[in-house]
Amino acid sequence: MKITVNIWRQKDADAKGSMVTYPLESVDEHMSFLEMLDVLNEKLTIDGEDPVAFDSDCREGICGTCGVVINGIPHGPEVTTTCQLHMRTFKDGDTIDIEPWRAGAFPVVKDLVVDRGSFDRIIQAGGYISAPTGAAVEANNIPVPKADADHAFEAATCIGCGACVAACPNGSAMLFTASKITHLGLLPQGQPERDSRVLGMVEQHDAEGFGGCTNIGECTAACPKGIPLDVISRLNRDLLGALSRQAVGS
Amino acid sequence: MPVVYESEPQSDCDRIVEPAYCGPVVTSAPTKRTPATRSTVALKYSMAVSGLIMIGYLLLHMYGNLKVFAGQEAFDEYAHHLRTFGEPMLPYEGLLWIVRVVLLAAILVHIYAVVVLTIRNRRAAGYAGGKRYHSKQNRTGIQRSYASFTLRWGGVVILAFIVYHLLHLTAQVVTPGGASDSPYDRVVNGFEIWYVTVGYTVAMLAVGLHLWHGIWSALTSLGGNRSATRIDSRLTGIAVVVTLVIVIGFLLPPWAIFLGLEA
Repeated sequence: MKITVNIWRQKDADAKGSMVTYPLESVDEHMSFLEMLDVLNEKLTIDGEDPVAFDSDCREGICGTCGVVINGIPHGPEVTTTCQLHMRTFKDGDTIDIEPWRAGAFPVVKDLVVDRGSFDRIIQAGGYISAPTGAAVEANNIPVPKADADHAFEAATCIGCGACVAACPNGSAMLFTASKITHLGLLPQGQPERDSRVLGMVEQHDAEGFGGCTNIGECTAACPKGIPLDVISRLNRDLLGALSRQAVGS
Repeated sequence: MPVVYESEPQSDCDRIVEPAYCGPVVTSAPTKRTPATRSTVALKYSMAVSGLIMIGYLLLHMYGNLKVFAGQEAFDEYAHHLRTFGEPMLPYEGLLWIVRVVLLAAILVHIYAVVVLTIRNRRAAGYAGGKRYHSKQNRTGIQRSYASFTLRWGGVVILAFIVYHLLHLTAQVVTPGGASDSPYDRVVNGFEIWYVTVGYTVAMLAVGLHLWHGIWSALTSLGGNRSATRIDSRLTGIAVVVTLVIVIGFLLPPWAIFLGLEA
């Protein structure tokens, strides 16, 4: 099939980027979206042009490294990661617009590559449990209700790709932050640091320059892992609890 | 305290013969934190609470308006009783002034939160070349509601309406249809004129759109949502019901008057 791609080209972080059009012939419908970009890059390299920079790693939808905005939607029209999107989703003659994640806290490094270090710093601000090292403890020592375990797991499937931020008109990272709050907050191991976690992560979220949540749900709709929207309400409840306990000094 | 000898390698730069990268790792974002009490989430709490206070007032206001169907005497008596409510514990118009002060505070908090958040959100969205995404496809997002697009400017429309509304029926600076000492007459005089009724209808639709998303959003901000999507949430149902009650309840008196159906 024949397609046309409009790709955001930006030489480096300081350069002013723009959309550049490339026609592509003989694109196979079985190609993944990234393979289509690989083919384009081979062609650009042969022509002596700078290939399009984009992030990718596992290419099986579990690492969260890849991700571009396709036709205005993060990861494109299917609910999956960019690497698991296939060209059969598109039609012969389609024009596909490819842009990097847009967020103040995700500065463009080059072309379609953004710096997502802000996510790492949010995790560093509390998105973990402090556990003594040593041999693994017996798994059944601490009972966890099945419903809690399932919901915690659902939240834990977040791969930190950043599609939620790219989809949010406010550039908010609430879904990402709240998925970690939910994942750890539902489990017994997450209780001791529950208050400091939500305080630290929300403060870091704001310090990184992410926006506020307006509860429109675009994040959940774009999430390749289908992280449910209720995690954000859980974060809001946890923060309300932490702030009131902080206020009364307990 | 571990003793550090000067000859020991102090960083990767000393240890590795040809390091790929030397020096401190420079990350892109400043990380000066402000307390969570002033976070975006806390601002949303204040937005939600101030909004819910105003919704509570709207429901009471709507109840009062419906008294118009009980006739002039009942309506004017209700309006007068609002001024003497709580006497002698409260002075004349005491309750009215408490409500006015609380509402004014709620409006100011609501506006303060929206201004701070809007400026912040616009910056956070990361515009490039005046636009966020240059693609002309899917401009309205994946699933967001029309109401969610109209929240901010719709709020400005509502504010302008409130100013007009107070000038019309409270201060009687603008008096379409003629001024009167009887609140009932003021209302009837006004809504017998088609453009007054149409104007109030437009304002009520703006309120309706605002509440359609606003009530859901307020309850979610306060931690009430337990559903995976907005559409599935019980809170969306609550928002729709309360919105319809308020919009229909407010539109009944003006349209009944305009069509000559009032008591």
